[in-house]
Amino acid sequence: MPEIPSRRGLLLGTAALGAGAFLTACTSNETKEAAGSTDNQAAAADDKPGKKVTIGFAGPQADHGWLNAINVNARERAKKYSDVTLDITEGSNDTAAQIGQIDTLINKKVDVLVILPADGKAMTQAGLKAMRAGIPVVNLDRVFASPQAYRCWVGGDNYGMGLNAGHYIGELLKDKKNAKVVELSGPDNLELTKQRTQGFDDALKNYPNIKKVARQQAEFTVETGQAKMAQILQAQKSFDAMWNHDDDQGVGALRAIDQAGRDDFVMVGGAGALSAMEAIQSDNSVLKATVLYPPTMAASAIDLARALGQGKGVSGLAEHEIPTSLTLYSAVVTKDNVKEYLPTGFK
Amino acid sequence: MTQPAPSDQLGGPGAGPPLELGKDDPGPAAPGGTRFFRPDLRTLALLGVLAALILVGGLTRPDEFLATTNLQLVLVQSSVIGVVTVGMTFVIMSGGIDLSVGAVVALSSVWATTVATQDFGFTGILFTAVLVGLGCGLVNGVLIAYGQMVPFIATLAMMVSARGLALLITDGNTQIVTVESVLDLGSRSSYVLGIPPLVMVFALVTVVGWLVLNRTTFGRRTVAVGGNAEAARLAGIDVRRQRLYLYLLSGLCCGIAAFLLVVLSGSGQNTNGNLYELDAIAAAIIGGTLLTGGRGTIVGSVLGVLIFTTITNIFALNNLQSDVQQIAKGAIIVVAVLVQRRSAQHTT
Repeated sequence: MPEIPSRRGLLLGTAALGAGAFLTACTSNETKEAAGSTDNQAAAADDKPGKKVTIGFAGPQADHGWLNAINVNARERAKKYSDVTLDITEGSNDTAAQIGQIDTLINKKVDVLVILPADGKAMTQAGLKAMRAGIPVVNLDRVFASPQAYRCWVGGDNYGMGLNAGHYIGELLKDKKNAKVVELSGPDNLELTKQRTQGFDDALKNYPNIKKVARQQAEFTVETGQAKMAQILQAQKSFDAMWNHDDDQGVGALRAIDQAGRDDFVMVGGAGALSAMEAIQSDNSVLKATVLYPPTMAASAIDLARALGQGKGVSGLAEHEIPTSLTLYSAVVTKDNVKEYLPTGFK
Repeated sequence: MTQPAPSDQLGGPGAGPPLELGKDDPGPAAPGGTRFFRPDLRTLALLGVLAALILVGGLTRPDEFLATTNLQLVLVQSSVIGVVTVGMTFVIMSGGIDLSVGAVVALSSVWATTVATQDFGFTGILFTAVLVGLGCGLVNGVLIAYGQMVPFIATLAMMVSARGLALLITDGNTQIVTVESVLDLGSRSSYVLGIPPLVMVFALVTVVGWLVLNRTTFGRRTVAVGGNAEAARLAGIDVRRQRLYLYLLSGLCCGIAAFLLVVLSGSGQNTNGNLYELDAIAAAIIGGTLLTGGRGTIVGSVLGVLIFTTITNIFALNNLQSDVQQIAKGAIIVVAVLVQRRSAQHTT
């Protein structure tokens, strides 16, 4: 053990410092353009400044691209209105923590609450409590167990996603005898995965020439997408089309397809990530379409919350009040219409 | 199915005492584990399980399962978790545990794929991944060796905070790699004699790990510390420094694994490496490593990894869903440990 710093010690120390400096310089993710914003969207029907509204927003931890886009959409939409103040909580996946955050928002006496629960069923009581306290709740996407827990629900259509993906593939393959399709699903422990698969299967029933030959589940992550797709490709020497439930895991699936050197089928994605839309636009991979699960629903939720706070209806509809339920359409994005949707793509 | 690891092991040391000349240190006072018993029924039992799996795969889907491409696939899918498991085996053998491996892989892969890092190209990505892994290992090691923290707690803290930092860096986004040289490493065109580069790295880590454990003072000290830390200290081993090195080693393995994962998936995501800690521990355990330390083999751990990947492969080829796979994995862990206990009783 050397008592004074040895030459080796000094060298190691300098190297460590240098390495540290290099690493700290490498955490930046700044790029030139920001994506996933709602900049070019149609402005809300009635964006004349009205009564001031404070909207409380509670969502889960934004640990993947889609949820992050939800937060971005909500924030940017709220910024558009001079009469809206957005009180957004730190996202949490823990039901107890999220209930606490909603309690805080209730105590702050916000005018309207927008809640995207980490778990819809488990959070029902929090919604009920807010409604009883006289604060209308806009329930975003993951639905509460009781309709009493929200004034208005707005969300995506998982069944419709599967249906539209199935119809798109069906139309592509309808003239092909003994066509084969495969499915790369999300985690089976989620209700939404079952709905998506159900929709997909129901759509394929309209095309008796098409058979689903394989289905594997990934976990909405790139890593599992790559692993499961690699297995499917090994198991199925030839098929005509595949549907992948989620564009995040689709990054991995495309990687596996690329690594296996396969290009003999058409791939349809899901959710609408920016990378998927760019791949569709450049048209140089098997990915030819993606079925949306639009994160712009968060912007719509802010619109609805503002209308609720100001006691207005949705203009363009005859009703005096906003509807209790709004299911969004899962559009199929292809090369032909991708330009229109590109700004809504999330990273 | 032959891969470098087992053949290397079986053809290796035979029954002779594997002590290297001139390198002997004050000597492990603790029992040297399996090294004096080289018929090694445990490893044979694992090979038996693997052979049974291969039989099942070969019978159910002969054309797909027994293809060269499938062997490549299984080995590639094993390589990331395999490298992590080699590091984990060292840590567990010393009586410790590293719960942070999955989170460290996530953090390393994410840090190595930021826009800023990708500007530095291939070396930047590789360097960052390894360095971040080492850094996390260093923190773990210092906390455990010199801060007197229980490994379970220290690495649990690292697991939570590394995941948090990974999320902070990505902001929940998927960071896609655009550096061609990194992506090419995962493509079929870069296979050498049919061997994917990722598998070569895995094999190299396995061989080096085996050599370090069985042929160096460092390896004997690891076994000694795990067998009886107090006896090891009395025998003149700097137990603290040994522990520090071991967590550094685990961190290094995580860094290498993170780089492999970046090559494989072409991206960095904060969800990477999910539950790797459990997979690595399970593989080490069915490979015959004692959770209390003092005994274990690299070959056993690698066989454990291969068994798990082969199960996943067989189930996927037969289009069975993940729920069944998980049940089968649980059952395999129980059976493997029971079989090994039996064979251990026969030998000792």
